[in-house]
Amino acid sequence: MENERKLTIARSMAEATAQEMRRDDDVFVMGEDIGKLGGVYGNTRGLIEEFGSSRIRDTPISETAFIGAAVGAAQDGMRPIVELMFVDFFGVCFDAIYNLMAKNIYFSGGKFQVPMVLMTSGGGGYSDGGQHSQVLYGTFAHLPGMKVVCPSNAYDAKGLMTTAIRDNNPVVYMYHKSLQGMGWLGTEQGATVHTPEEEYTIPFGVAKIVKEGSDVTIVGVGLGVHNGLKAAKLLEEKGVNAEVVDLRTLVPLDRDTVFNSVKKTGHLIVVDEDYQSYGLTGEIIATIAERDITALKASPQRVAYPDIPIPFSRPMERFALPNPEKIVNAYAKMKEQ
Amino acid sequence: MLPTSEKKKWMYENMLVSRFFEEAMEAIYMEGKTPVFNMAEGPIPGEMHLSTGQEPCAVGVCAHLRPSDVVTATHRPHHQAIAKGVDLKMMAAEIFGKKTGLSGGRGGHMHIFDADVNFACSGIIAQGLGPAVGAALSKQMKGDDSVAVAFLGEGAVNQGAFHEALNLAAVWKLPVIFVVEDNSWGISVSKAESTAVKHNAVRAQAYNMPGRFIADNDPIALYDVAGIAIEDARAGKGPTLIEVETTRLAGHFMGDAEGYRPDGELDLLKSKDPIIRMKKLLIDEGVLSEDENLQITLKAQKLVDEAIEFARSSDYPEPAEALEKVFV
Ligand SMILES: Cc1ncc(C[n+]2csc(CCOP(=O)(O)OP(=O)(O)O)c2C)c(N)n1
Repeated sequence: MENERKLTIARSMAEATAQEMRRDDDVFVMGEDIGKLGGVYGNTRGLIEEFGSSRIRDTPISETAFIGAAVGAAQDGMRPIVELMFVDFFGVCFDAIYNLMAKNIYFSGGKFQVPMVLMTSGGGGYSDGGQHSQVLYGTFAHLPGMKVVCPSNAYDAKGLMTTAIRDNNPVVYMYHKSLQGMGWLGTEQGATVHTPEEEYTIPFGVAKIVKEGSDVTIVGVGLGVHNGLKAAKLLEEKGVNAEVVDLRTLVPLDRDTVFNSVKKTGHLIVVDEDYQSYGLTGEIIATIAERDITALKASPQRVAYPDIPIPFSRPMERFALPNPEKIVNAYAKMKEQ
Repeated sequence: MLPTSEKKKWMYENMLVSRFFEEAMEAIYMEGKTPVFNMAEGPIPGEMHLSTGQEPCAVGVCAHLRPSDVVTATHRPHHQAIAKGVDLKMMAAEIFGKKTGLSGGRGGHMHIFDADVNFACSGIIAQGLGPAVGAALSKQMKGDDSVAVAFLGEGAVNQGAFHEALNLAAVWKLPVIFVVEDNSWGISVSKAESTAVKHNAVRAQAYNMPGRFIADNDPIALYDVAGIAIEDARAGKGPTLIEVETTRLAGHFMGDAEGYRPDGELDLLKSKDPIIRMKKLLIDEGVLSEDENLQITLKAQKLVDEAIEFARSSDYPEPAEALEKVFV
């Protein structure tokens, strides 16, 4: 590509944040270790040098207080971005998130705006144990009142971040650790892509067909998209042409793109690193079943994380996490039926 | 309440075991992670929080504890586990993710659980406090004079759970001791930048319980204060908050370049290494001879070596064992 400018997701998030902070004095960032350290996942690197510690605020380990404070600041006209270091820590501050951040617009009959972004990391695969490896997409997407974003590459990460900051509603921006471009997390190379320097937005609720195909639709978000693309390569060797859909946002959810793809291929596999039951996989399958079950020529399959806490030990964790081979096996199982 | 010579030697030996264990962890953790550092690689993947320099906090308290007393630990649990008597071999195996580990590899370094000595963990900041209060409640209801001890970092004192747990413990006069290990850093954020009071021990006043501050990483002073607190708790007099000024001689986790530490701080802290000071104290007091020191040192090193050997030579669990033990 001409003038290619490859950025990691971490750098593209920081760039979007910096551009929005230059545009709008009301934008500021709060969270643990987001200042001098630049965020554990690098997505606030360089910001404190440019904007100082008043707008890039390290907080105490007090998530209830600073996420609640972001709600208050947002209602008062600011545009806070707050980081919850690992999504797994939501338990200590969830009231501020789903009862305040997510409901105050509704409770005020739309008279209050809550223009804040809650960014948080998710994902396993590096043996960090069951309190530091979850993705919990379904938990946040299930509860109404917050938009939920989950990029799979740096280009989308920047555009979705800009959209998130400009949105007058609360947005939960969930990034996957293995896509951040931090070497120490064993980064997925496919996430580091050309990212333009200028500002741009990507609308919420528009899924992207990242690979066209005719035989089966593989739907995922975040790292699941990369697993889907790898599975598509493996399937290609077997003469199967898979279409891969990146949802990009879970709320709003682009049900049309998924439905149209399944209508074309007749086959559906949903990939999710979140717990299988009561989650994204069930939601996508229900969407198709509700609209037109005859679109499906075989029973849909899900490749999700089983309903167990995430084990520390490497062989057990690998056994439990979704991967491209499991997607290929799911296709084989579907065709056997 | 001063420690006997025997107790002092026990404390010193435990500090040594803890230090040697962390030194072993540090070396093994880096295996497979050089030249390119990737957390997922090597015999010990995931995060690794070493307690190097914080050994006095654990031994000064645990020297008073029985197996039936409950300890809840933090994300930095090794020194606390060792002082409480957690099986060293099984703990090492757990940290390696082996089948022979305390929980068969399900927990890992941040989730050390040993039911035999009533030791439990949480990697979520301050979330060990509720369970400690609950264990103390259980002891009180059963008329058992055992106690519970919750360890936490000074950063954890800014969590809601801390304040709720202290109040509950005080209202119900529960036999629980809260031990704050103040190493003055919460990852990259200093205590001065994150905490409105100089000493967290003063927060005890808000909950009508004794608050004690131990300066200078001093295990003997801590032994004294913890002894009184635990005796009071056993006698039904309720909880105590103890804050120990300590030193984190390593990065927050392995791989932390510590760019936020002021120049020279680490060298200064290392010059006050609590192991060297404890040894000097015991030798100066005539409690320990150089010869005995050598014996204790060799013994501690051997315990650690054997634990590491056990962990290394153990098998990994079968992958599908992941599905077991969700329920009992
Ligand atoms: C609720 C919660 N928030 C944030 C974290 C991430 N985190 C892990 S350790 C740590 C710093 C803890 O500092 P402190 O309590 O002083 O203990 P230390 O690490 O110094 O031993 C943070 C912020 C966490 N584990 N849980």
